Amino acid sequence: MTQTATAAAAGADDRLQEHFDQVIAHDRRIEPRDWMPEPYRGTLVRQIAQHAHSEIIGMQPEGAWITRAPSLRRKAILFAKVQDEAGHGLYLYAAAETLGVDRADLTRRLIEGRQKYSSIFNYPTLSFADVGVIGWLVDGAAICNQVPLCRSSFGPYARAMVRICKEESFHQRQGYELLLTMMRGTPAQRAMVQDAVDRWWWPSLMMFGPPDDASPNSARSMAWKIKRHSNDELRQRFVDMTVPQAEKLGVTLPDPELRWNAERGRYDFGTPDWDELKRVISGDGPCNEERIERRRRAHENGAWVREAAAAHARKQAARREAEAGRSQGRVPPKAGPEAGPGDREAR
Amino acid sequence: MREDDHVYLSLAEGQDDARWAFGTGFEDPLHGVDTEVPDGVDPAELAALCVGLGDDALVASQRLAEWCTLAPELEEEVALANIGLDLLGQARMLLTRAGQVDGTGRTEDDLAYLREPEHYRNVRLVELPNGDFAFSMARLLVFSAHRLAVFGRLAAAHADPVLRAVAAKGVKELAYHRQYAADWVVRLGDGTDESHRRMREGLEAVAPYVDELFRASGELDREGGGGSVRDEVVGVLAQVAEAATLTVPEFEPMDGDGRAGVHTPCLAPLLFEMQSVARALPGGRW
Repeated sequence: MTQTATAAAAGADDRLQEHFDQVIAHDRRIEPRDWMPEPYRGTLVRQIAQHAHSEIIGMQPEGAWITRAPSLRRKAILFAKVQDEAGHGLYLYAAAETLGVDRADLTRRLIEGRQKYSSIFNYPTLSFADVGVIGWLVDGAAICNQVPLCRSSFGPYARAMVRICKEESFHQRQGYELLLTMMRGTPAQRAMVQDAVDRWWWPSLMMFGPPDDASPNSARSMAWKIKRHSNDELRQRFVDMTVPQAEKLGVTLPDPELRWNAERGRYDFGTPDWDELKRVISGDGPCNEERIERRRRAHENGAWVREAAAAHARKQAARREAEAGRSQGRVPPKAGPEAGPGDREAR
Repeated sequence: MREDDHVYLSLAEGQDDARWAFGTGFEDPLHGVDTEVPDGVDPAELAALCVGLGDDALVASQRLAEWCTLAPELEEEVALANIGLDLLGQARMLLTRAGQVDGTGRTEDDLAYLREPEHYRNVRLVELPNGDFAFSMARLLVFSAHRLAVFGRLAAAHADPVLRAVAAKGVKELAYHRQYAADWVVRLGDGTDESHRRMREGLEAVAPYVDELFRASGELDREGGGGSVRDEVVGVLAQVAEAATLTVPEFEPMDGDGRAGVHTPCLAPLLFEMQSVARALPGGRW
């Protein structure tokens, strides 16, 4: 490249960067076809993929209770919720694909441990009360984290989050309603609920990530408006929202330092065990291996099915081509019975 | 704070049940429905019909739930859950109807959680373990093709208006289930050598349990006119098998009858798991 061409290219890059900065500064959206700095793209791929993986791995702890749900109504609610999570995973992988990666590759990275998912799903679900507590606390924390993402600077992510947040809020309400019902039940049920709260409270607080002074990627993500609030701010917001709900429910949150601070107008609370968070993130949580192993098994056992679908599609295309060659304009007969709607929208 | 930042606002939005699967939003599946049994309908016969069809759906749904997080692709996770939820919704209405008309006043949950395996009346096809995806699709095709033929007749001509309405709703669902299964049987049969072999084996493994379906629905052949349930189902299977480059195996009658409470050994563990929490906490509220 000549010196002039290099200078011209650099000038063009500067103008693109300037345009990008303006879009961010004016709170407008970056769309997939817009120019974006590579580190912005990389950060988004990492974050959206991690979020998609969390939805898919997050199906496991609750999905394990669908077959054991103690009433048919609760079975339907839980089944529908876990199905929603699969749907969320699909929208998010699709949002990530607009950035030039593909789902199969992201799935491989997850299975090989090269991409992470939310560490909360590495804790076990020990009783049916966990289903309610996950809805209330884990989905509640997820909502606090995710509602601001509806204004993320990247358009496809922001739009996916609007739909996801609506469904998550539904899940949270369903979880809380299960707990209210159980608390009106037998003493054994109330004890189950308290036990589940004791186990999930601290991991839920850890869902907001490490404290701000130890969060390496936060500042840049906030400057790019991929992220809107700091980890500590969101954690505080979650505590303030949850304490009155716990009181109404009649459970105790397992934090001796938790108290109302009239001066701040917010609750003071204890410090989560950050070493535990590090251990769980680095793969040493109670269920890390089990979760990835199950995902790997599903993916590997499904390989022959995906290959068959691809092979059939190739054969069909070849037949269509041959048919078109023989008699132009004639549509080949459709396979399968002419039963009802061919496709139905997923709920 | 911006409006969309506020968690409470999104939680406080109006009830928007439309985005929820049918069957999750109500406590009484037949709330507000006139539950009177019409003249000329034998309540015991009606209850037996509803329990049989309800148990078929409940056990089939339980098997579909076992696929959760193990499906070959995310789209299949969503679809299998959809089908499982539809069947669970059908089970809830049918078991509720059975409890209303059999004189015992049992609820859907009494029937689902407090009966022993020998009191379950499902056909044995639905209780068999899931096997591989090919077996599951072979079973779903046969099951939904048969159930669609049955529900079509019930919706058209059954004397009980409640069962007629439940069947009419189910017809739309089952048409999709049958199409979904047929599409996969065709893809797998006409896919790779491995998938062709697995699909053939899946159909062969299902075949011994098919005749029992026709015995269970034999009574219905006099209702609704037209051909028999058997002819309709065999016709559909032949059409799908041809597109899948497979042949339909023979459906030899086999001993045993789920409708009479004679099951395979696979049902007891399925029910043990399903009923475990409900039975461990007697008097619990859910």
